[in-house]
Amino acid sequence: MVTRVPHRSLRPRRRLRLLLASGAAALALAAGSVVPGNPLAPAPTEARADDGTTTLTVAVAQSVDSLSPFLAQRLVSTSIHRLMYDYLTNYDAKDNKAIPGLATAWEPSADKLTWTYTIRSDSTWSDGRQATAEDAAWTFNTMMTDEGAATSNGSFVGNFEEVTAPSKDKLVIKLKKPQATMTALDVPIVPKHIWEKAGDFSKFNNDKDFPIVGNGPFILTDYKVDSYVKLKANKDFWRGSPKFDELVFRYYKDQDAAVAALRKGEVSFVAGSPSLTPAQSASLENAPDIKVNDAPGRRFFALAVNPGARTKDGQKFGDGHPALLDQKVRHALFMAVDRKTIIDKVFQGHAVEGEGYIPPRFGDYFWKPSDGQKLAHDPAKASALLDEAGYRKNSAGKRVGKDGKPLDFRILCHATDPNDKAIGKYLQEWWGDQGIGLKVDCLDNVSDPWYAGEYDLAFDGWSVNPDPDFVLSIHTCAALPAKAKETAATDNFICDKRYDELYKKQLAEYDPAKRADLVKQLESRLYDTGYMNVMAYPNAVEAYRTDHIASITTMPSAAGNIYGQDGYWSWWSAVPAAGASSSGSSDSGSSSTGVLVGIGIAVVVLAGGGLLFAMRRRSTAEDRE
Amino acid sequence: MSSESTPALVKGAAGVESAASGGPAPAGPSARSPRSRSAAGYARYAAGKLAGAAVSLFAVLVTSFFLFRLIPGDPVKQMTGGRQVSTEQIAAMRREFGLDLPLWQQFTQYCGKALTGDFGTSYQFRAPVVDKIAEALPATLLLTGTAFVIYTLLGIWLGARSAWRNGSAGDRANTALALTLYSVPSFWLGLLLIITLSVGVGPIPGLFPTGGMESGDTAGFDRVLDIAHHMVLPVVTLVAVEYARTLLVMRSSLLDEMGGDYLTTARAKGLRDDLVRRKHAVPNAMLPTVTLLFVNLGTTVAGAILVETVFSWPGLGGLFYQALSVPDLPLVQALFFVFASAVILMNTLADVIYPLLDPRVGR
Repeated sequence: MVTRVPHRSLRPRRRLRLLLASGAAALALAAGSVVPGNPLAPAPTEARADDGTTTLTVAVAQSVDSLSPFLAQRLVSTSIHRLMYDYLTNYDAKDNKAIPGLATAWEPSADKLTWTYTIRSDSTWSDGRQATAEDAAWTFNTMMTDEGAATSNGSFVGNFEEVTAPSKDKLVIKLKKPQATMTALDVPIVPKHIWEKAGDFSKFNNDKDFPIVGNGPFILTDYKVDSYVKLKANKDFWRGSPKFDELVFRYYKDQDAAVAALRKGEVSFVAGSPSLTPAQSASLENAPDIKVNDAPGRRFFALAVNPGARTKDGQKFGDGHPALLDQKVRHALFMAVDRKTIIDKVFQGHAVEGEGYIPPRFGDYFWKPSDGQKLAHDPAKASALLDEAGYRKNSAGKRVGKDGKPLDFRILCHATDPNDKAIGKYLQEWWGDQGIGLKVDCLDNVSDPWYAGEYDLAFDGWSVNPDPDFVLSIHTCAALPAKAKETAATDNFICDKRYDELYKKQLAEYDPAKRADLVKQLESRLYDTGYMNVMAYPNAVEAYRTDHIASITTMPSAAGNIYGQDGYWSWWSAVPAAGASSSGSSDSGSSSTGVLVGIGIAVVVLAGGGLLFAMRRRSTAEDRE
Repeated sequence: MSSESTPALVKGAAGVESAASGGPAPAGPSARSPRSRSAAGYARYAAGKLAGAAVSLFAVLVTSFFLFRLIPGDPVKQMTGGRQVSTEQIAAMRREFGLDLPLWQQFTQYCGKALTGDFGTSYQFRAPVVDKIAEALPATLLLTGTAFVIYTLLGIWLGARSAWRNGSAGDRANTALALTLYSVPSFWLGLLLIITLSVGVGPIPGLFPTGGMESGDTAGFDRVLDIAHHMVLPVVTLVAVEYARTLLVMRSSLLDEMGGDYLTTARAKGLRDDLVRRKHAVPNAMLPTVTLLFVNLGTTVAGAILVETVFSWPGLGGLFYQALSVPDLPLVQALFFVFASAVILMNTLADVIYPLLDPRVGR
């Protein structure tokens, strides 16, 4: 180390000080640029005890992708659209049946190709204009003619021939082919007089002019990216005003932090994404003033088997294991799976054992296998089936085919899902007992091998809508890719003639009871193929504060979930708890905030002052010495 | 005097130290005056550094395009996953994003636009990438910038004190605490702080908000206070895990200085001990710390992804994570470019400033 002469360092030192000071000043400027009040921000919309305004605060983690109903794909955004805009129809909270929304009645023509909707006269946009059939026709026509506007909901209008509004209260939709899902058009109807000025729909995010004109139970008044979304009650909503004055979606990117916020009372509700973990719900169960809602979920969790990937015109690709083309092997694999253990150990009780394809909460379409048909957990029978299929155990206990090759499979697993990994371990054990090898391939992104058909088995799951058409359509031959490895609508390359016939019939059946019967036949057929083996229906575990929310409607109302409903029932119906006039706001901290912050600032100022003083002293020290 | 250092932590600084002290020997005799010669030398030196930075920036621009195309997965499929979409919708999106074009064409378009400052439109947010970054940048700079100022000052101060009294109980406690906090995962420390100081445990009341940057119901000076209130815990977390590096670098470089004869001279002049430290020893020991300071300043822009997540801070770290998970190529490319350029610019700035701090560098 070179020893330096003190005097030489004088100049650099002064420069260094200047540098430090200017760096700090630059940082302070940068910091200051975000601090002063944003001129676009509204005046404080208070949720304080003294003015009696009630606020319901919901913790969310998912970022809003777009506030434009034409672009939004994410659950958080589409849930908010439910609150901002009315749809033609809604689903009854009791039983998921279609009930009036913006349309009060609907009628198909005799040839099944024309649907006429009667539009209500008591729905007004928040700028005072009446919502009419003209708005609905414009929304659908825009989606049919503008590619950008079709981004998120284009699939709903794919079979539309023409949409017209002959009068203010009549909407007429002509179809190319019969379509039974016409009371399940989950498309927000937007005000034409506002949206026709939007310009390029593929770039318009509907997040600049607040409040956003809508006609739903809530009006969106403010949005700050990844901080909050604020809505106020629409007092003129035709079904009646919501009970809370304000609804705020506040961002908690970490689920444990969201749970902490619920404990503290900073938020009234936590949904988790997609669900609270068993540990989180267990910790909340005994907390005061908190109710954990362990609700039947809308998802199924299945063991998908690759039936041999192929294109629409039959060209085979991928490398699915040929042994899995034998139905006996598929059935044997599923019979060796102890679903009860999966529910108890992996889901820790927060799930229901799987049966048919559609979860039991959709009562009209829920189907169970008959006793003779059921592939119950039965390792002995699984062994017998494998023997029958020609895969016998060798001396080492491994099952080998007639060609002498051992039976070894791969399963695709989502690395981000701890349940997949845990179940993979159980499968290795259970199938290992049967003499079958299993490699669990946990990947961050499973879509590449999946679309290439390069898997034997996979963990699969979908969220089901009140109308089951979509989750049924993904197993039809029409959903197969046009070219090998190309992205397509198919879920698992299933193409079964009998299934396709039933699928077409249900889509053209307008009688709800008859259609439900056809859907159940479809589920039965899918169950028998052994390509989609539903292991469990995971619950939606969520929690809320009972000292903020006195009552709230779940969907289905008997036992159901709160967040992400097919309708606006939960937030629209929530009743503030008595004395919770400031519920949901961070009341506990706000009164002392000023004091605390004052102290904090005083400390910073003192420290800064001390530092400056020290610097000055140092700079004049030489004179003083 | 014993000279202790922690190799792993001071590696970067040691490198610069040798550059600072082991510069080339003074140039031979010249007709020009020493002053103009050194000014011209400095200009040449600075120009060289700036040119190097420009080359690096261009390399980053090119790398960012190819790097993120190595991530497996199709952005369109990822974005529409679990949604009711038709193949026509998917094809339309691919067309819109230009993903149907050959790679070389995508690359030339990207380069052409990027050179004019246009990084395209985010796939998932449908907004210009530049706008998305501008939206989140202030939050990140506010959080990490504040933490940077505090941990740098704290590190320098504690490091100097530790070195001056090295081996004492105070020094050992100081260094041990700093190293312990340095080894703590930041998200874990953040959660602990939330549980204790935000929710409250036992007699400790919940003093601070559990997350976010503001309540959203304040304006003017109240809003400043509100943001400051929200900032306390994340800043404390960042400072706690970061100040150790500055402390150890400061401590070890001051230890190196402490054997210097000039300090004995200073003492012999009758200067008080803390004056000897502050006026003579510390300034000479600052250079490695300044290096670290610039390295830290460069990474400040990238935010602190774990701390931002735990405290739900709406900054660039969180945005980068979201962009990667799609992958939202335009956004992820631009963010990578911004992060890398911040580091390059800060390093270049450090290079350019060194000769001013220590005239032997770059001569």
